[in-house]
Amino acid sequence: MLDLWNTYGVWTAWTLLYIVLIIVGVLLSVAYLTYAERKVLGGMQRRQGPITVGPFGLLQPIADGLKLFSKETVIPSQANRVVFLLAPVILFALSLMAWAVIPFDRDWVLANINVGVLYLFAVSSMGVYGVIMAGWASNSRYAFLGGLRSASQMVSYEVSMGLIIVCVLLCTGSLNLQDIVLAERPVWMQALLFPMLIVFLISILAETNRAPFDLPEGESEITGGFMVEYSAMAFALFFLGEYANMILMSAMTTVLFLGGWLPPFGMDFLAFVPGIVWFALKTAAILFFFIWARATLPRFRYDQLMRLGWKVFLPFTLIWVVLTAGVLLTFDALPG
Amino acid sequence: MIIEALAFYALAGILTLSALLVITVRNPVHSVLFLILGFFNAAGLFVLLGAEFIAMILVIVYVGAVAVLFLFVVMMLDVSFADLRKGAMQYVPIGLVIGAILLSELILVYSVWGFAPETLDNRAAPVEKFEGLTNTEALGNVLYTDYIFPFQLAGLILFVAMIGAIVLTHRSRPGVRKQSVADQQARKASDVLEIRKVQTGSGA
Repeated sequence: MLDLWNTYGVWTAWTLLYIVLIIVGVLLSVAYLTYAERKVLGGMQRRQGPITVGPFGLLQPIADGLKLFSKETVIPSQANRVVFLLAPVILFALSLMAWAVIPFDRDWVLANINVGVLYLFAVSSMGVYGVIMAGWASNSRYAFLGGLRSASQMVSYEVSMGLIIVCVLLCTGSLNLQDIVLAERPVWMQALLFPMLIVFLISILAETNRAPFDLPEGESEITGGFMVEYSAMAFALFFLGEYANMILMSAMTTVLFLGGWLPPFGMDFLAFVPGIVWFALKTAAILFFFIWARATLPRFRYDQLMRLGWKVFLPFTLIWVVLTAGVLLTFDALPG
Repeated sequence: MIIEALAFYALAGILTLSALLVITVRNPVHSVLFLILGFFNAAGLFVLLGAEFIAMILVIVYVGAVAVLFLFVVMMLDVSFADLRKGAMQYVPIGLVIGAILLSELILVYSVWGFAPETLDNRAAPVEKFEGLTNTEALGNVLYTDYIFPFQLAGLILFVAMIGAIVLTHRSRPGVRKQSVADQQARKASDVLEIRKVQTGSGA
């Protein structure tokens, strides 16, 4: 028994500790992302945002959480109970699962696996199930429309996201996220990847169902989309999952394009700042982009969304994969 | 080792169970959901084998794309389950016959199955040139060198199948209003708008 403890027990205990640390960190970030969103939106619309609860309204997310927690969970009588309750759980669990492979700093990663990028891509591509199951199980027209919209939208934009990731992989020569961050990237290579960064930023907006691609929710046309029938904690799980996904996608962009925990623009004299601070700052910058886009752009029409995904992004990224590979081959810069 | 064994039995057990449930549950959407659970557990088994690349590709392709479209279609189908099950019993005899034939064929094949002696020696012998490579690199090395032509051929066949599916289902309907972004961008104010100075009191 002692032997088993020494072999597995210690490791399990440490891993559980790390998992709890990561989850608490993510949930706190989610709470304050909602606060930041309301403040930034407020600033952009010349309002104050939350100011009442706590100093500068800093306790507002906690108040919101308590409110949702104390409400009654309503399950529609025509709903498919098991799937209805499973959907938010799946969405939320998936949004937390992906954090296992994100490197927060050098060697600060829970599972440093060889196929980290593929794992991230796989987990984010499963996120659609939470939405589509919610839409179907609610047995309501609006929810169903939201679910269908979301499914087609996420599948469409995943294709171009995959091709963008291929471009990055061509330049770094590894599927391990830590190696991707540490890979040597001369300026010309970054210039080559820059258009892909722009397309990726737009694709993650679509992938996380955020404005201007928030058609699955579309308050003004389908009232709230796939989560229209959800209340209380089930709704809170959707909400948390959506925001955790936003942070995850930002972290993914940081790792793939912005050099993760390394100081920005290769300024090595800034290396005394802990890497996690740089990681957090870069992620926060992309999250600001999310909120900025929401405050600025009107919602896309559905056919425009599909056109952008299939007729613009897909050919463009496909050509760019060939171009990147060609350039790397010509200049003999292929890694590995 | 005991953890690996436990993980294997858990994954394999859930996989078998969900595969059974795919064909036994009444609701087709539940069927697809169990199919997805099955894919997921199969990916887990691949991870256990150390084939992490194949595991992730399985999840990305089957769970992330194929099954989503499958679920999409099944959800949209408006089938009455009672009608579907009513006539099912008349197919039982022929089903049993086909099943029996397949089973006996399997038994016949498997009972005389033998390995050549040299194959037995090579069984589970790792290919030496991939020693120390991750399995992504090893797969790439095999696929893009020794098997490049079958690989390209498979891609070509899938491409033809895709084009075929599009051609078969595409129909151009007349009178559909479509947005042409190029036309909209090319439109100038001077082409469509005329500004006139109207005298006070002389307008229509």
